[in-house]
Amino acid sequence: MYEIVKKEVLSPGVLLFDVAAPLIAKKCQPGQFVILRIDEDGERIPLTIADFDREAGTITLIFQEVGHTTRQLGTLNKGDGLLDLVGPLGKATHIDKFGTVVCVGGGIGVAPVYPIARAYKQAGNKVVSIIGARNADLLILEKEMAAVSDELIITTDDGSKGRKGLVIHPLQEMIDAGEKIDVVMAIGPVIMMRSVADVTRPYNIHTVVSLNPIMVDGTGMCGGCRVSVGEKNKFACVDGPEFDAHQVDFNGLMARQRMYHDHEKMERCGGGSCKCNK
Amino acid sequence: MQQVKHKMPEQAAEERRRNFNEVALGYEAETARAEAARCLQCKTAPCRQGCPVEVDIPKFIKHVKDGDFDAAIDEIKTKNNLPAVCGRVCPQEDQCEKFCIMGKKGEPVGIGRLERFAADCAMAKEREESAALPAEVLGKVAVIGAGPAGLTTAGDLARLGYKVTVFEALHAPGGVLMYGIPEFRLPKAIVQREIAALRKLGVDIQVNAVIGKSYTIDELLNEEGFDAVFIGTGAGLPHFMDIPGENLNGVYSANEFLTRVNLMKAYKFPQTGTPVRVGNRVAVIGAGNVAMDSARTALRLGAEKVYIVYRRSEDEMPARHEELEHAKEEGVEFRLLTAPVRVLGDDKGWVKGIECIKMELGEPDESGRRKPVPVEGSNYVLEVETVVMAIGQGPNPLVQDTTPGLAVNKRGNIVADEAGATSKAGVFAGGDIVTGAATVILAMGAGKKAAAKIHEYVQNKKAAR
Repeated sequence: MYEIVKKEVLSPGVLLFDVAAPLIAKKCQPGQFVILRIDEDGERIPLTIADFDREAGTITLIFQEVGHTTRQLGTLNKGDGLLDLVGPLGKATHIDKFGTVVCVGGGIGVAPVYPIARAYKQAGNKVVSIIGARNADLLILEKEMAAVSDELIITTDDGSKGRKGLVIHPLQEMIDAGEKIDVVMAIGPVIMMRSVADVTRPYNIHTVVSLNPIMVDGTGMCGGCRVSVGEKNKFACVDGPEFDAHQVDFNGLMARQRMYHDHEKMERCGGGSCKCNK
Repeated sequence: MQQVKHKMPEQAAEERRRNFNEVALGYEAETARAEAARCLQCKTAPCRQGCPVEVDIPKFIKHVKDGDFDAAIDEIKTKNNLPAVCGRVCPQEDQCEKFCIMGKKGEPVGIGRLERFAADCAMAKEREESAALPAEVLGKVAVIGAGPAGLTTAGDLARLGYKVTVFEALHAPGGVLMYGIPEFRLPKAIVQREIAALRKLGVDIQVNAVIGKSYTIDELLNEEGFDAVFIGTGAGLPHFMDIPGENLNGVYSANEFLTRVNLMKAYKFPQTGTPVRVGNRVAVIGAGNVAMDSARTALRLGAEKVYIVYRRSEDEMPARHEELEHAKEEGVEFRLLTAPVRVLGDDKGWVKGIECIKMELGEPDESGRRKPVPVEGSNYVLEVETVVMAIGQGPNPLVQDTTPGLAVNKRGNIVADEAGATSKAGVFAGGDIVTGAATVILAMGAGKKAAAKIHEYVQNKKAAR
């Protein structure tokens, strides 16, 4: 059992857990993820490591209650335990002194961006962060991101906080203003990552995205997380989760993400007796 | 004397094709004793040369014949840590039974069935094993991977007096026995009971531990105090065909398909959390045991039509004869001398069919089998909603990539000698990670040899100190 030592509600439907996992906390690097299972009948789901405390032996997980397992996870409290937690999985982010790095985080995607932005900052980069959400209530880790960024820009779809609009707008403006950008790191909904890739592609700005496809084992065994990158099949769990955004087949990825949508509906309706999805 | 094996009671094909209960039901005591009586107890015991783990077959069979089932299982267990597993999934027809004298004029003795009977008997009685373990600890060994190879190495070393820790990446030990082989061929409760017996020998199994990530091999040897490491990580990296449309929704690797169903119990969804999608029509590409398992699983999940698509003919099929027969009885349809050329999708990214081309057999290739050659212009579309790729697996690179000094061949398999010694001191390997995908019993045989070699290595090292 892996004990939940802290629970916090970051915004409606977005929760933060600190989980006791000393071995993972000792080894993990920004960009890596874990797979967890809540109970004996539970599914294995991947979550990016949002932070870690090597001394306390804890890792931080931030997740949105969207599917069956994340909703079940949300019902757990401090003192409860997770049955299984395996990691760190995936390759760590390539951190170096590149110059100016723009970190883009959309919605829940701000969580995995945070330790990466911090590591870029520690490596001596100028870090400009752009974080966005649908509205002010859904914005997470604003203070934390401000602390590790030279500049923090906030966008909301409805203008309830920061600038009204999408995360790509300030990014486009930076480019138009002639600012030299060496690396863009973008994590968020697939559609957002695709937009970021579309913005930077004409300028050939090296852009990295972190993918979170459907996955079972997380060690390269099932091939369920395969994604086409540069027209080659890659497994996000072992070859990634980070890839060159300009090479990723985002449309294929989006189609694969929908693979189990009607199964999700089936569970929401209480176990198959309902026919609403037929 | 009866020339044929006593018939194995089975669930009727019509019934079993829609349930996950075991197909073969096992001998009753009377049948087992009668089958055991067919054994000639030959002095030369040719059957033994066909057993990779060297079970004294005539001896255990004599105990069965005499009705001393406890003695039978004790005899098997001196050599084989997983008899209930081997009695079910070993290809006995190519091993022990192939050499049986009784097979010259009729059918060989049902050695596998008798092994299963003895193991099940002991389990049914919940009989505690009375293994007297050595009091002295001879050393500390780490085993990577809790599949057939790793568990065998662990069991043998524990009996010799080693403190063994097994590291398993998944949440349940068993490897392919848990995620790959379906419940209807190998009930998971039986796997776990055999593993529980290993734990009683003092084997410590740590699940959720990915070596290469949680610890490296060097850390295990240099920081965690292990005298030696055995790598039994198997062949878990699924192969795809590199044909267009392979990433469409509805295309699975056999590994993913079987893992969802076997390990994650997707057949009980939504009582369990992991779903699996199966259309009304399913094509399984390949014709090995994994392909048969996938096809029969798809039927049990409710598919109306299940095809095996294989580019050679029935003679070249790698699957066990028994599995092939079972699949046929259950209604799996075979499209032989047929190869897929692309997967067709609908406008939402879902599989709607596969385009196939007919093949004919040409000259023998390097495998000695006649090479399939496409018949120009013979393309046709098989309408299916699900495709399962069961065309083999390669080695997972996680351990090799993080272990400097460990030699691998061009396929990525670890290079090791007959006894399991690798290019790196203190590191041994065996099973599919060395040989490429093979059988449970061959992996166990490799694990056994490695355990003996590890024992020798650790004692020599201690003596040299």
